[in-house]
Amino acid sequence: MSHRFYILRTSYCVLFTSFLLLLTSAASAQLPALELVKKVKAKLDKVNDYVATGKMKTDVVFIKAPISNIKAYYKKPNKFQVKRDGGISLLPKGGVSVNISSLLLTEEYTAIDAGNGTVDNQQVRIIKLLPLNENSDVVLTTMYIDEKALLIRKANTTTKDNGTYEMQMSFGKYADWGLPDKVVFSFNTKDYKLPKGITLEYDDGSKKAELPKNKKGRVEITYSSYVINKGVSDEQMK
Amino acid sequence: MWKLIKIEVFKIFKKPRTYIAFIAVWAIVSLIQIAIYADGQKYMDFVLKDVKDNFLVIGDPLNGYFVCFVILQTLLIHVPLLVALISADMIAGEANMGTLRLIVTKPQSRTKLLLSKFIASSVYVLMLLLWIAVIGLFLSMGIFGTDGLINAKSSEIILINANDIFWRYLLAFAFAALALITVAALGFFFSIFAENSIGPIVATMSVIIVFTILSTLEIPLFEKIKQFFFTTHMIAWKGFFEMKENADGESIPGTIRNLPAVLRSAGVLAAHTVFFVGASIFIFKRKDVLS
Repeated sequence: MSHRFYILRTSYCVLFTSFLLLLTSAASAQLPALELVKKVKAKLDKVNDYVATGKMKTDVVFIKAPISNIKAYYKKPNKFQVKRDGGISLLPKGGVSVNISSLLLTEEYTAIDAGNGTVDNQQVRIIKLLPLNENSDVVLTTMYIDEKALLIRKANTTTKDNGTYEMQMSFGKYADWGLPDKVVFSFNTKDYKLPKGITLEYDDGSKKAELPKNKKGRVEITYSSYVINKGVSDEQMK
Repeated sequence: MWKLIKIEVFKIFKKPRTYIAFIAVWAIVSLIQIAIYADGQKYMDFVLKDVKDNFLVIGDPLNGYFVCFVILQTLLIHVPLLVALISADMIAGEANMGTLRLIVTKPQSRTKLLLSKFIASSVYVLMLLLWIAVIGLFLSMGIFGTDGLINAKSSEIILINANDIFWRYLLAFAFAALALITVAALGFFFSIFAENSIGPIVATMSVIIVFTILSTLEIPLFEKIKQFFFTTHMIAWKGFFEMKENADGESIPGTIRNLPAVLRSAGVLAAHTVFFVGASIFIFKRKDVLS
């Protein structure tokens, strides 16, 4: 009698444990990589256009520039323009896609799940996007996606012509639109040199430190406001 | 003294050769403006050749401020030669015409006479610079508009905001005036030794050419001595187009990176001017004027 009771009790325990395990796994089920990317894209697609105001800081070893006030214009599907108030700016070529929508512009890619990670203490899914088009300048994009908020917190892009660049984004009041408050863009820089005979350089006699070679450059844009879906004219995009 | 200066200024501007410099400056400036208007992008591509592959230029770098920078850079090498045409003729020209003995017999000191002649040649220099400012800066601003300035150096690119440039040009022109007055003083100094203006003009040009070449050559032998050449300091106006940086490496608008060095260069030029004019007076006062 006691033996039968023991078997019955063990069976219930196994059944209960299995049920608990099933519940846990259901709760932690992750979206397939492609699904997740599509969801993020759908969120970004709510933005047809925007005009963003912000400040840009350039940190490239051979570029000496003050912090500048900029306006960024975006229009679907891939028009993006940065204009500076009263001055010249040098933006890294990959930086044209400082807007994250263009990262997901094409649908011709394969999304591969590369596990989980953290960016700024936020849990993220790591997704690798491989373009299917052989002529695409982008070779590989690695995205660090906040699955809960459906936000791209970081993206590493390797291109054929413009090297590898990294975008890290911080979100605030425009997170519902998927638009960052701050974008930090890192990239590799080449050396810059002009002959002194051409520049007719003024030598002030001070000792100049040797500039580090192949240092990473950084462009930091902090947006203070966005005007979203209010229309952007073609004139503004010029 | 004032009357003497007015007479000397009148004499300078009565000579047709005085206007050669103004015409030459107009021709050079116009050619630069036409060249940049027609083909400026190629020039800018050359200046930015190492960054064009990786960077996009936002804004209009080919604007009036940039054109004036190119003009100043080009002209401040050649204008000294035009200044020498007048300053080296101030005494030698009088000797050549046979009027020097006559004017030194007038009841005013030789010091006053020389100072008035030197001040008159300085007035000519200022007028020439004003002319460069009008056609090189203001006309270029009218034709090409205004925007930020790209100051491309041998190992760095300095970007200056549009609203932070004009005052730098005012200082640059003031500095250029000091540099050209130094050249005028050199020509003036050579002028007291000759009885024909060709010699002092050629001598002044030769000194400027030789010193400029030595200043630009990057040969260790000359590196130490070139700080003593006044031509090395004549391009210190470029120092006004560099900015200080904060600890994060950001340029600070409204600042000059190494103002003491620019002021030191100004001091060197001023000292040269005082030396040349002082030496001219010292020698001329003891000179037996025979022509």
